[in-house]
Amino acid sequence: MKKIMKVFAEVGFIFLCIMYLSPVYIVVTNAFKNRAELYENMLALPNNIHFTYFAEAMEKMNIINAFKNSFIVTSASLFVIVILASMAAWMIVRVNNTFSKILFMTFVATMLIPFQTLMMPLMQVMSWISKTTGLPLINSLSGLVYMNLGFGASMAVFLYHGFIKAIPKSLEEAAVIDGCNKFRVFWKIVFPLLKPVTVTVMILDMIWIWNDFLLPSLVLSDKQLRTIPLSTASFFGQFTIQWNMAMAGLLLAIAPIIIFYIVTQKYIIKGVASGALK
Amino acid sequence: MRKRKDMLWYILFVLPLTIVFTSVVIIPFVMGIGYSFFSWDGMPLNPKIYIGLDNYIKLFNDQRFIISALHTVYYTILAVVLINLLGFAFALIATSKLKLRNLGRTMLFMPYLIGGLILGYIWKFIFSDLLRAIGEMTGWTHIFYNWLTDPDLALVAIVIVSTWQMAGYVMIIYITGIQSIPEDVIEAGKVDGAGFWRLLFHIKLPMIMQSITICLFLTLSMSFKIFDVNFSLTGGGPSNATEMFAMNIYNEIFSLNNYGYGQAKAMIFFVIVAIITLVQVAITKKKEVSM
Repeated sequence: MKKIMKVFAEVGFIFLCIMYLSPVYIVVTNAFKNRAELYENMLALPNNIHFTYFAEAMEKMNIINAFKNSFIVTSASLFVIVILASMAAWMIVRVNNTFSKILFMTFVATMLIPFQTLMMPLMQVMSWISKTTGLPLINSLSGLVYMNLGFGASMAVFLYHGFIKAIPKSLEEAAVIDGCNKFRVFWKIVFPLLKPVTVTVMILDMIWIWNDFLLPSLVLSDKQLRTIPLSTASFFGQFTIQWNMAMAGLLLAIAPIIIFYIVTQKYIIKGVASGALK
Repeated sequence: MRKRKDMLWYILFVLPLTIVFTSVVIIPFVMGIGYSFFSWDGMPLNPKIYIGLDNYIKLFNDQRFIISALHTVYYTILAVVLINLLGFAFALIATSKLKLRNLGRTMLFMPYLIGGLILGYIWKFIFSDLLRAIGEMTGWTHIFYNWLTDPDLALVAIVIVSTWQMAGYVMIIYITGIQSIPEDVIEAGKVDGAGFWRLLFHIKLPMIMQSITICLFLTLSMSFKIFDVNFSLTGGGPSNATEMFAMNIYNEIFSLNNYGYGQAKAMIFFVIVAIITLVQVAITKKKEVSM
């Protein structure tokens, strides 16, 4: 009897979880239907699998190009955030002068500022810099990476700072006596020790940057530069009424992150948990 | 000599990030304060006219702005309560003795990764077409109709979508809290004959106050800043009935081209968000001391 109850609880629990994900099921099943079949029954599996809407949605959203842009922006941003924030945080901890203290306080304090407060003046500053120096900050992927670095700096420095404080100095001092310069000490000895925070920073920033919509929509105006959220939004502007095609488009938009999640879910959940508790 | 060399290393390590950060966050913030005292339509060639505090005075008579603030408060209260209740319930199940709990945890967390914009589009189909189809099938057309055209229910729809997105996220934080309760404390409670509810209210909840504070304020500030779901699910409609704080600022600046006035709203928005967060930090710090 007790065993039957146990099995029942397990099945009930998983059924609940599957029901919770039913919106995803609705996207998947309707992405393969034609218009008539979709309106016949929106919850049923497709009778005939149509790939035509997929092909059309792929073309209209320019999904391969959007994926490429999202991938470039996300990976380049993660790369520069991790490198520059860990270096800065290490120096801020190890050289504990007044400037370091002020700098760290500034990083932490600015985490309070919501994006909407900065967006308009940010665009003015960026276009002014672009015009005066010729650096491509507006309407370019590298400009978006530059701004992501600026916005991601605070949290990354904060997380690295907390971790580095707990690392004993003695390891680094031994290396200095052996004649290593600061650059080598950092990359050979310190950075490998920071791996747990690096993973946390990368996961939190990846979720944010991959799904970010408002900042890219202000920075990137060129069609060819659209990231996945941008091309989804513009696609929806045009095809809201054709739901079967829209569903195919949505499935394409969520597929990369879901596949990535299935492969790395253990790390993602761990990273999110340790990031939120700091 | 050595001192100078150390100084150079310091600059090399700290300066690149500081320059980028200053140009992206600090300078725009300071300029934002300045812009909020001007009247400007955003065209580079048109003049910026200094009008002092007029933008801030105008705010208090702006019906659309005040209503958007009320929507935000109403939405935030509903969302914070629902997200935390559901997330906590999920965490209780996911820390039970079920064998499939890890699989369940993975599934429940998934919506958080999809991102507000795309979630909004997915649910747009559910609230408009699927609900209507269910209504036609069952005949209960007074419940099952396009919620997004109803001014009251459209806001509830946004609450449902955010809850679906965020419940799995706060679940992760609650799980960490529940798992940090020492096993023997719970065992002792059981030996003393405490049932499920007594264990929950007298042992588990008091032991995870830290997680509760974190989750409440995290959801509070996230809900207050909501933009993406608002944008994709309702676009602020029907007729501005679901326009919230962040979207009102966005529309004021980029749709109505009132750059100075919109920036004044954005500064007020900053002050409110900052207060919420500072209260959170104060409460969390206090709890740490007393424990």
